[in-house]
Amino acid sequence: MAFLHGLSKSHTGSGSGLKSRSLTPYILLAPGLIWLITFFIIPIFSLASTSTMVRPEGSQIGTYVQELRFANYIDAFLASREQYLRSFIYAALATLLALAIAYPLAYAIAFKSGKFRNILLVLVIAPFFTSFLLRTIAWTQILADSGPVVSAIKVIPFIDETFRINNTSTAVVIGLAYNFLPFMTLPLYASLERIDPRTLEASGDLYANGLTTFRKVTLPLSMPGVVAGTLLTFIPAAGDYVNAAILGNPNTKMIGNVIESRFFAVVDYPTAAALSFTLMATILILVTLYIRRSGTDELV
Amino acid sequence: MANNKVSQDTGDLKLDRVSKYYGDFCAVDDLSLVVPDGSFFALLGPSGCGKTTTLRMVAGLEEPSAGTISIGDTDITTQKPYRRNVNTVFQNYALFPHLTIFENIAFGLRRRGLKDVKSEVENALNLVEMGHLAQRKPNQLSGGQQQRIAVARAIVNRPEVLLLDEPLGALDLKLRRQMQIELKRIQTEVGITFIHVTHDQEEAMTMADTIAVMNLGKIEQMGSATELYEAPKTAFVANFLGQCNLIKGKVTNRANGKAVVSAKGLTFEVPLSRVATDNESVFVGVRPEKLRLDDNGINSIKDCVVIDRSFVGTSTQYLVKAPWDLDLVVFEQNDEGLHDLRVGDKVSLEWDAEHTFALDGAQDINAGADLDDEE
Repeated sequence: MAFLHGLSKSHTGSGSGLKSRSLTPYILLAPGLIWLITFFIIPIFSLASTSTMVRPEGSQIGTYVQELRFANYIDAFLASREQYLRSFIYAALATLLALAIAYPLAYAIAFKSGKFRNILLVLVIAPFFTSFLLRTIAWTQILADSGPVVSAIKVIPFIDETFRINNTSTAVVIGLAYNFLPFMTLPLYASLERIDPRTLEASGDLYANGLTTFRKVTLPLSMPGVVAGTLLTFIPAAGDYVNAAILGNPNTKMIGNVIESRFFAVVDYPTAAALSFTLMATILILVTLYIRRSGTDELV
Repeated sequence: MANNKVSQDTGDLKLDRVSKYYGDFCAVDDLSLVVPDGSFFALLGPSGCGKTTTLRMVAGLEEPSAGTISIGDTDITTQKPYRRNVNTVFQNYALFPHLTIFENIAFGLRRRGLKDVKSEVENALNLVEMGHLAQRKPNQLSGGQQQRIAVARAIVNRPEVLLLDEPLGALDLKLRRQMQIELKRIQTEVGITFIHVTHDQEEAMTMADTIAVMNLGKIEQMGSATELYEAPKTAFVANFLGQCNLIKGKVTNRANGKAVVSAKGLTFEVPLSRVATDNESVFVGVRPEKLRLDDNGINSIKDCVVIDRSFVGTSTQYLVKAPWDLDLVVFEQNDEGLHDLRVGDKVSLEWDAEHTFALDGAQDINAGADLDDEE
C-alpha cells in the first residue's frame, strides 16, 4: 500500500515519491528474503542447536535436551570417517567423469551443431522431465547382471563370469555422473558459446594448430564454465544418498546415507545434525580452495 | 611443439581466377589480381561485395571454390592458416581476453618457438607506442588502444602480407583519422604488404597506393585514388567514390581526340581518353567541385534553378535542378568569387572538357550511390 501511495504522489514532486523509490529495492528483495529466512536461516540455527543436544538417560526415543555438547561432532565424525572419505572420492570421480563426457558435448553444441543447437540443448535437460528417483532406478536395469552393458563387457575374453556393475562403487559413480551431467553441460556450454570465434581464427592465424588453439585459447577461455560445472556437480554429488542407496551396496554408503539413516531410522538427531554441519563446512572449505586455485575471478 | 614450418615466401601476392561459392551464392566471382610486394593495397566496396571473403581466402580461413592464390612462386591456396606467412588484424581485433597485452603479442612468436620473444614484443609495442600497457588485459584498454595492439600482434611476426579487415570500423571519426595516418606510418616503416579491406572510401583513398573497388564479387576498377576519382570507368565507381553528376546522352561524333555527346539538345565534349565505352549510349560524368556557376565554358547547362544549399565550412554545396528532370550537385569553394546563391535563384553551370568523363550508358545510373553509409 505504501508503495502505491508513493507512486501516486511521486509525480506531484512531494517527498513521498523519493521515499518510495528508496524503498523499491527492499520491496523487490522481500519475497526472496522472507523465503530464505523462513526456510534457510531459521532451520540452520535450529539444526545448529540440535547438533549439540543430548538424549537424557532413560528418556523416550526422539527426546533431546540442549547441553552444548560439542563432542557430538567428534563422535559423529569418528563413527563415519569412512563414509566421509568415500563421499568425496565418489563425488570427485563422478565430477571428472561428467566433465569428460560434458566437455566434448558442450563443445559440439556450441561450435558444431548449426541449426540443431536448440534441439540439442533441450535434449540435455530433457531427463529433468522424469523423476530423479525413477531415472536412478532405470540404471539398475541398464547395469543389471543380465543387462546390455554387463553382457557386452563379458564378450571381452578374460572377463570373470562373476563380473557385475550393479551394487558396486562403479555403479554409484556412474549414477552420480549421469544425474548431474546437465549441471556440468550447461555452464560449459554457456562459457564456450561466449567465446568469440574470431579469437580462435586469430589463434590459427598466429601459427597455432587445432590442438594448440584448444590448449592455449579455447580451454583457458572456458575455465569459468569448467569451474561452475564442476562445483554444480561436486557439491550435490558429495551430499547425495539416492545413488548409493539404489545402485550401491552396504560398503558403498556415502555420508548422505548416514545422515539419512540417523535422522529417519535411528532417530539420532544430534549426530545427524553434526554430520550435516561437518559436510557443509568441508564442502565450503574445498570449494573456497578450488576457486582460489583456479583463479577464475581474473577471467572476463 | 614449436612450429617452425611457416613458409617464408616473399614476393607479390597473386590471386588467379579465384571464386568462392556458398551453395548457389557467388561471393567472389572469378577474381584475379596482383598485389605488388611492399604496397599498401585497399579492397573497397559495400558490404556483401566479397571483399572480406577475398581477405579470408588469403588468410586461409576460407578455401576458394576455384582458382589459386600464391605468394611469390609458392601456391598457398590450400595451405593451413597456421602455415602461411600471412597475419590478420581482425575486425573488432579478436585479442585473447585471458592473456596480457604482452602475451597477446608474444602468441605468434611463441607458437613458432622463436628466441628473444621479449625484445621482439617490446619493439612491436614501441612501434605502436603502447609500451606502458604490456601487463594490462585487453578489456582494460580503449578501442583505439586495442586496435594498435591488434596491429602489433600481427606485425611482430613480420609476415609477408598483413591483412586488415575493417580495422578502423569500431572507432569514432576522430580516432579513425588518427589511426589512418598511424597505419600508413607503420606500413612505411616496416615495408610489409598491407591489404586493407574497407567500405569507407575516404579511408581507402587516404592510405592505399592502389585501390580495387569491388562490387558483387568482381573488381569494378583498380588504380590509384586519383585515377579512380578523376576517371572512373563504371557508374558504380563514379558514385561509390565521392559524389558524381551523371547525364544520359548519345555520342554523335568521335574525332580529333574528343567525343561529342548530345543530351536534351545540349552538346558536351569529352576527351576520347576519358570515354570508357564504345557504345553510343553514354553517361556524361562530372564531379561536383569541377562545376562552376558560370556560362561560358565548352560544356554548360543554362537555365538551372537552385533548389537546396548547405554551408559546410570549406565549401558551399548546392543542389541545382537542370531544365529537365535532373538534379546536379555543385560544390563551390568558400573563397573570393563566391556566388552566395539562394534557393530559387536562376543559375548556369559550366565545366571543362578535361574534367568530363563518359561511361557506358547501359548501366544503372544509381549503382553504388547509396551504399557508402553502411554499418
